[in-house]
Amino acid sequence: MTTATPEQTEVGAPPAAPAADRLRRLTRWWPAAPLLVLLTAPWSSLPLPGLLDGPLGSPGSLQLIALCLLFGALATGYDLLLGRTGLLSFGHALYFATGTYATNTVMLQAGLPFLPSALLGLLGGVALAALLGSVSLRMSGIGFSMVTLAFAQAGSILVERDPGGFTGGEEGRAAPAEQLPAALVGIEHTANLYWIALAYLVLTLAVVHRVVHSRTGRVWEGIRENERRVEVLGLRPYGFKLVAFVLAGTLAALGGIVYLLLTGGATPQTTTSDFTLSLLVMVVLGGSGTRWGPLVGGVLYTWADHRLGDLAGSGAVAGLPAVLRVPLSQPLFLLGTLFVLVVYLLPGGVVRLPGRLRAARERSRRVTERSRRVTR
Amino acid sequence: MSTVVLLTLTGLGLGALYFLVASGLSLIFGLMDVLNFAHGALLSVGAYGTWWAASGHLPGAGADGPGFVLAVAFGTAAGTLAAVLLELAVIRPLYERPREQVLATVGVGLALPALLSAIWGADARPFPGPAALTGTFGLLGAQVPVNRLVLIAAALAVLAVLKLFLGRTRHGLVVRAGVEDRAMVTALGIDVRKAFTLVFAIGGAAAALGGALGGLYFGSVDPGQGTSLLIFAFVVVVMGGMGSVGGAALASVAVGLVQQFANYYTTAGLGDLAVVVLLAALLLVRPSGLTGRLA
Repeated sequence: MTTATPEQTEVGAPPAAPAADRLRRLTRWWPAAPLLVLLTAPWSSLPLPGLLDGPLGSPGSLQLIALCLLFGALATGYDLLLGRTGLLSFGHALYFATGTYATNTVMLQAGLPFLPSALLGLLGGVALAALLGSVSLRMSGIGFSMVTLAFAQAGSILVERDPGGFTGGEEGRAAPAEQLPAALVGIEHTANLYWIALAYLVLTLAVVHRVVHSRTGRVWEGIRENERRVEVLGLRPYGFKLVAFVLAGTLAALGGIVYLLLTGGATPQTTTSDFTLSLLVMVVLGGSGTRWGPLVGGVLYTWADHRLGDLAGSGAVAGLPAVLRVPLSQPLFLLGTLFVLVVYLLPGGVVRLPGRLRAARERSRRVTERSRRVTR
Repeated sequence: MSTVVLLTLTGLGLGALYFLVASGLSLIFGLMDVLNFAHGALLSVGAYGTWWAASGHLPGAGADGPGFVLAVAFGTAAGTLAAVLLELAVIRPLYERPREQVLATVGVGLALPALLSAIWGADARPFPGPAALTGTFGLLGAQVPVNRLVLIAAALAVLAVLKLFLGRTRHGLVVRAGVEDRAMVTALGIDVRKAFTLVFAIGGAAAALGGALGGLYFGSVDPGQGTSLLIFAFVVVVMGGMGSVGGAALASVAVGLVQQFANYYTTAGLGDLAVVVLLAALLLVRPSGLTGRLA
């Protein structure tokens, strides 16, 4: 049940040549390279035709990349429940939306500056996750999914109905620009927002990595595999599940605050069950229960959702016959189909693809060798 | 008094719509442990099929009289076909992997409405209906729209047919036995997979009929309609106890009535809220639903 961490394999393995050892220690730090690229992106003017609308460092591109990173991080947090603990929650949107709406409402109604409001919004998200988590975790299996769905739906209805004019109903509500720090407002400061999204991603990855390899994380793994066995071992799964739920809710609320900054307002779309379903799609698309899978899935989904629509309107697609052009104009159709195909053909998600290809190549090589030997 | 009559009949009409969606959902879950997220999309297929046929694309079908009946039949057939295709192409290859089955239906539930809005646009389309069904009639001083009665009659008919099918036929027996204990039925040498396709066909037909008649109820069709009804259908299924058709009927009446009365007598929207809160409360007090069964 326990997975071998890199340290353990190094201790257990026979002493390798020092050069190879050093190389391996260096390659363990490979995430630093993409991080460096992401950090320097705002200064770059590299054009990425097809992938992005403008050059890499332009505000529009930075905004899109920041959204991709934000949703990658959000999916990573959601995977704490789905892939790490085996809890299928349909109400994750609620905690994300709490971060967004609570922060925005405190700023608008109480007139507090951004930082105290964000702190209150985060605390609100944590408290709500703790309260509703402790209630809904009394159910297990599909009952748990349904109770979380019911709570999130209640939140969504509340936001849509706009009690007391706090939420702005179907329109949503823009954040008050004069109460935000000046460095976070306006198109010329997109780079700052981008860095905040990047920081949120790094924080989420670090927290998830850290917790999953802690003792609590090992119990989560046990609960995912066989909850009864964990009980027999003398541990109460309830408390561990609640920790996972509250931690995931906290990360989601924090993401909601970043989203508020990034899009400059709160929109009711983030409260719907469709939003939670899209998180589910991201996680499974990338690879549930893996370190990079949810991130890859979140980035892929968000990029596709924003860019495929533009691509469909471009000349390359407009020339196609209607049978092809009409479905291609709907990003959600493509994403839904891709999702079904991944569930079907690639259990484990996109991140397992390189490993599978390698295994397939290895197998075909072995088969051809054997057949060669036989013909000889 | 007239308000109460109107609210009751409208609530029952809404409950009938929920029942049409929830009965199939409940059977599918009871038999296969699959929470079918594509069920709302099946409803949309039925609604669009009927709308397409009734607006003069299908020869013989129309917005009035027997033409409309033909249009509804066409929409229902389209939904049934979509459900069977869904089961054969998406669900069947994933047997023994219930979680993947649920995920695959999530994907289909996203893709199908997107396809519908790609073809016919994301905006709501006015739904053509026979003049006889768009009017109102007087009952105890209330002016009740006729389409409520049509929905209630359709739901009662579906309930009766389902009860007869489950209680009196051999296939119904297999389905009931499969809901109780699938492994035992398989061990007795009966091919449960045929029953899987069958319940998908039945569920798809009921949902598509709901879509066709829901077009009358709402007066328009749009691609997202099925998905928004699906949440309340889930509530009904869970409240009624998964896999129980009678429970689903009971719960859909309760949900429809609570929603209508609370929406009218308190502020609008509180009825919807009351229903989901009711679900959470019920599950926490009686985890097995009204009729006592939860997988």
